[in-house]
Amino acid sequence: MSNSYSRSGQMTRRQFVAISALGGAAAALGCSAGKRGNWEFLSEDRARTLTVLCDAIVPADEFPSASQAGVLTYIDRQLTRHYRRHQDTYREGLDRAYTLGMKHFGKEPAALSAELQEEFANDIAQQDRSFFELVRKHTFEGYYGSPRHGGNRDGVSWQMLGLADPPVRGRAQYDLNQRPPA
Amino acid sequence: MKRVNAVVVGAGAAGGIVAKELSTAGLSVVLLERGKWYTANDCRKDDLRNQRTTVLGNAFGPEDEGNPRVWVDEKGVPHIALPSEGAYQNNAACVGGGTLSYGAQAWRYMPQDFRMRSTYGAPQGSSLEDWPISYDDLEPFYEKAEYEIGISGDYSGTPFHGPRKRPLPMPPLPPGREFGILEPAAKRLGLHPFHIPMARNSVPYNGRGPCMRCRWCVGFACEVDAKNGSQNTVIPIALQTGNCELRTECMVKEILTDEKGRAGGVSYFDERGRLQEQLSDVVVVSGCATESARLLLNSKSKLFPDGLGNRYDQVGRHLQGHLYTGAVGYFDFETYDDVGPGASIAISDYNHGSPGLCGGGMLANEFIRLPIHTVDRLPANTPRWGSGHKRAMRDWHKRSIVIMGPTQQIPMADGRMTVDSKVRDKWGLPVVRFSGNVHPHTMEIGDVQAKRAEAWLKEAGAVSTSQMTGRPQLVSAGQHQAGTCRMGNDPHGSVVNRNCQLHDVDNVFVIDSSVHVTNGGFNPVLTIMAIAYFASGELVRNWKGTGFRS
Repeated sequence: MSNSYSRSGQMTRRQFVAISALGGAAAALGCSAGKRGNWEFLSEDRARTLTVLCDAIVPADEFPSASQAGVLTYIDRQLTRHYRRHQDTYREGLDRAYTLGMKHFGKEPAALSAELQEEFANDIAQQDRSFFELVRKHTFEGYYGSPRHGGNRDGVSWQMLGLADPPVRGRAQYDLNQRPPA
Repeated sequence: MKRVNAVVVGAGAAGGIVAKELSTAGLSVVLLERGKWYTANDCRKDDLRNQRTTVLGNAFGPEDEGNPRVWVDEKGVPHIALPSEGAYQNNAACVGGGTLSYGAQAWRYMPQDFRMRSTYGAPQGSSLEDWPISYDDLEPFYEKAEYEIGISGDYSGTPFHGPRKRPLPMPPLPPGREFGILEPAAKRLGLHPFHIPMARNSVPYNGRGPCMRCRWCVGFACEVDAKNGSQNTVIPIALQTGNCELRTECMVKEILTDEKGRAGGVSYFDERGRLQEQLSDVVVVSGCATESARLLLNSKSKLFPDGLGNRYDQVGRHLQGHLYTGAVGYFDFETYDDVGPGASIAISDYNHGSPGLCGGGMLANEFIRLPIHTVDRLPANTPRWGSGHKRAMRDWHKRSIVIMGPTQQIPMADGRMTVDSKVRDKWGLPVVRFSGNVHPHTMEIGDVQAKRAEAWLKEAGAVSTSQMTGRPQLVSAGQHQAGTCRMGNDPHGSVVNRNCQLHDVDNVFVIDSSVHVTNGGFNPVLTIMAIAYFASGELVRNWKGTGFRS
């Protein structure tokens, strides 16, 4: 089944990854420029704490992190839409996380080193399990789901997994008349 | 509103066929559907909002707002479930019902599936029964469904199926990479792999083109209209007769009965929320197992204080879907070819004949996994989050195969639904309330099936595997929901007779999966369709021209 279509698809993909990695960096800047009050639900403080958690769940490597891929935009948007019912959970959970960070590390979570941020996320995962699980679920949705909801910017996770993108529509990469081997 | 011969409630797999059969026989029909009519143009490939992955809601209804259900846990505590949540056990609310967006596996049940009690005896605590009709009774109607709806596939690889007179009308789609990996492995194990029968065009059929083999199949409407449901086959034919009127976004409130206990039509809320009455000679309920039973239970009157057809407290009982178990295999080479629909190869060697087990089920490879599905289907030692998880996504998304299947459930009288006494939907109607769990023996069979799936994957070269077995906390219904208005000869233990006619009211029929006595070890849709053809045929045969006299 692999044919010229999927090979050429992969080449496009590699180029695309290079481009979207740059895009990711720009996006990260865009996030901190959220000081303009870009969020629909989150406050700036809570968004910073949430960024730490989301990026612990999907950290940056040669591919963008959760926040670089727009996961916060996804979560923020859904909290005023389909996930309205989770608003209190996020508000309270992020405030608890912030307090815990200050108590354990003497700094707000966003100001910690990468190493300590991971430790902080581990603490939340253990001590505030149901909240962390919710953030985990939503982070994966944002990162691996459809870009139309604000996450998975430019389909970065699909590029990462090597899925053909954009998907070809109406393709017929097989012979209609060919019966399967007996 | 003008009186008609028949009102059909629900335009899904069964309701569409009933509407077509009655209207082509010359009866006037009003087909009421609570959802909208979507077309292939409404298809949106959204990984998070479709009919299978519903984290952001159902693409084809019902919406989360105003459509709650209740489920009762094992401690007896009730919980609210929204349509996008698992415990809601949703199918769909749209013209075509589940068939608009299903995976479209179109199986015949096996002869033994209609005679489960005779074959195995009833396990303790179960309500396992035989059907009042046999495979042979349904065979001509299975064939009719295969040809009218349009099924592709090839049974020739397996001896494990009932007798058939004609082959399927379309050949299977050419095999994908998973088929090529799994077929020789199954044969080495002495099994009989074959091409899954699918309600999907592999070649042009019924005036529409073939499948384009995209990644987004199960849970999505087909972008090229190559997937065959009632919305693009029988319903257009019904409308073309001029005898059938389809009214969408109409929610039926109750079946109206007179002082003699006969049905006179239905009352319903129209698309603007106004209460309407549609009078008719016959009422056919085809709302799928949960909603059909709900309508009967909500149709209370002096003569029927506990709901229509519910004289012996049978409506809503014996609820069953399927217990899905299986395994994921991880390979050191790419198994993924991005060629849909993905599910292609099955075995039905394990449906019957395993010593000590009351039945079993077919096993098949899974539809193409979207990345969001792989997140929680990684090898057992994978970190649940962090860079290790992200790496594992890259390592395994294209190097894994899922084999699973629907274990035939052992029904129980207490695995059931009722209507809730307090919770109402946006129309003010009492909602579905689930209680009970899956029979323990069903779980035992499911565990064995998972081991079998694992063995198949290992033989195919999987370097590691993990089983997919869970312990359900609730009676199973979901998209394969069945059994709430059981078909039988004894009015004390069933709701309808073999013609799907209420024991209690001779001009009310329940024609859908509600009447399934047992639910086979297969996806149920082709059986639902066959029964719809069979029961419609009986209804038309008994029709006397000016009214229904059975």
